[in-house]
Amino acid sequence: MSAIAAEGIGISFGGLRALDGVSFAAEPGEVFSIIGPNGAGKTTLFNIISGLYRTGEGRVRLAGEDVTGLPPHLLAARGLSRTFQNLQVFFRMTAEENVMVGRHLRERQGLLAALLHLPWVARQNRATRDRARELLAFVGLAERARDPAGSLPYGALKRLEIARALAAEPRVLLLDEPAAGCNPVETEEIDRLIAAIAERGTTVVLVEHDMKLVMRISHRILVLNHGRMLAQGRPAEVRTNPEVIAAYLGRHGAEAAHAAG
Amino acid sequence: MAPAWLTPRRATVAGLALLLAALWLVFPSGFYFRIATLVWISALAAVGLNLLMGLAGQVSLGHAGFVGIGAYAVALGPRHLGLDLLPSLGLGLVLAGLLALLVGRPILRLRGHYLAVATLGLGILVWLVLNSEVAITGGPDGIQVQRLVLVGWRVAGAETWYWITGLALVLGVLVALNLEESPTGRALRALHDSEVAAAVAGIDVARAKLAVFVIAAVYAALAGGLLALFNRFVTPQAADFLHSIELVTMVVIGGMGSSLGAVVGAAVLTILPQALTVFHDYEHAVLGLTIILFMIFLRQGIVPSLAALLARRAP
Ligand SMILES: Nc1ncnc2c1ncn2[C@@H]1O[C@H](COP(=O)(O)OP(=O)(O)OP(=O)(O)O)[C@@H](O)[C@H]1O
Ligand SMILES: [Mg+2]
Repeated sequence: MSAIAAEGIGISFGGLRALDGVSFAAEPGEVFSIIGPNGAGKTTLFNIISGLYRTGEGRVRLAGEDVTGLPPHLLAARGLSRTFQNLQVFFRMTAEENVMVGRHLRERQGLLAALLHLPWVARQNRATRDRARELLAFVGLAERARDPAGSLPYGALKRLEIARALAAEPRVLLLDEPAAGCNPVETEEIDRLIAAIAERGTTVVLVEHDMKLVMRISHRILVLNHGRMLAQGRPAEVRTNPEVIAAYLGRHGAEAAHAAG
Repeated sequence: MAPAWLTPRRATVAGLALLLAALWLVFPSGFYFRIATLVWISALAAVGLNLLMGLAGQVSLGHAGFVGIGAYAVALGPRHLGLDLLPSLGLGLVLAGLLALLVGRPILRLRGHYLAVATLGLGILVWLVLNSEVAITGGPDGIQVQRLVLVGWRVAGAETWYWITGLALVLGVLVALNLEESPTGRALRALHDSEVAAAVAGIDVARAKLAVFVIAAVYAALAGGLLALFNRFVTPQAADFLHSIELVTMVVIGGMGSSLGAVVGAAVLTILPQALTVFHDYEHAVLGLTIILFMIFLRQGIVPSLAALLARRAP
């Protein structure tokens, strides 16, 4: 059974057909990439899958269960997490606290106990903090744990979002351009992170413009163009697909071909 | 470096308790204790409102309505329901909490300034009822409140009330700081910055906002009840719009997001009018000016800016 499946997703914004009949399925531990030119509908697809946008067209399944139309916090409880292309960081909190928020679902809640600060609340706070530290170390931000998130550079914030998303221990992780704005060293770091995440059995659905990165780490790739599926397959199949190369009008296509060679 | 056991939470509470004791030692007369009591009571309401505004970034413009409910509960409970004062106070807290739940539930599902608008209306409604239901509430002239008697002890004197309200404030601050250091507190701070990211982290945003709104309402009602018991008299002014704005101003000038700041803000806004009697005639103007000055001041980014609180950041 697929970890995540989208079936016939479509959505229109006014007259704009942003997505039309898009389907895909990704397996546990797979790195499944979605690529396509700017405005192809990649982020919109993520927004529908993660419950931020609602549409009447198509269905979303998590581990076989129909979760179409569920709000984001209930999808999170079913093992879905994501990062954002346009950063959604808790800027007034420290890096560590950002990741602690990511633990929310794994924490025991209890408003009265919290107001009274019962011993287990304090214990749990410590455990959550420890786990957040581990995750910050995993993404290479151990040194910045106590810094306000607002003071971190762009590339660090991208990794902070990954750490926060991982804190929930998701079964499916949607990454929207994690390497955007990162230098080659940081990109390599993200490459390593994604591989490590998938190795633990988490399904990674990746949207990324860096073709070298995509071709290197993806098991399968879906190509979107103007909201429609253009091609789907293993990296070797996709990068030689003439339609894909045409859609990218040389620029990305050349990169892909270059990465192939 | 402070020792490890001296967490900011403990330091704040201990500092406040020390302040209570120190002021008690130096205050020369009942007048001072009276003013301080009024400060502690206002501070209690402001600490609650700060959880809503400073932590979660939601604004209530009718918070005095909940103060009024707490105050009139201790005035009317014994008179019309035959209840003792403490059960009346308890009833007031429950009523304020329920009202917040009722109003907040539909409103807090929506994003934006709806809570500010809805609470503005709610505050005015409470004030109108207190003013116009003369047969029940005594109307604009106000109404007397019985003297509090605790197991045979007649609670009287500014000094006694100084301690009762002061300890209530210390407990109120402690509970507020406890909330901040919990999953719910982190959830509230998170949704203040990004509701979308908070929801994706599994936080039920509407529910978290509702919880803190109810908590803030109960704080306000407790402050109202204590105010009525201390003054032994209450008028609809406790619930009026000016008082709501005063509470917001206390939170703003004290430094948004800080419980101790809310206490400082309450002290400033309670003591200044006493110190400068000219304030009394120009209360609206001075409040307005204070808010304007602090908005300019805050916008410069010295303290978390009011703008960021009022204009919710879009995802
Ligand atoms: N909420 C919205 N309202 C109106 N139009 C939208 C909305 N969200 C997306 N769109 C439009 O849908 C199309 C697809 O946008 P989307 O952000 O999904 O593209 P993308 O593939 O992620 O592009 P990029 O690579 O630049 O991030 C664009 O034309 C965009 O303007
Ligand atoms: Mg995008």
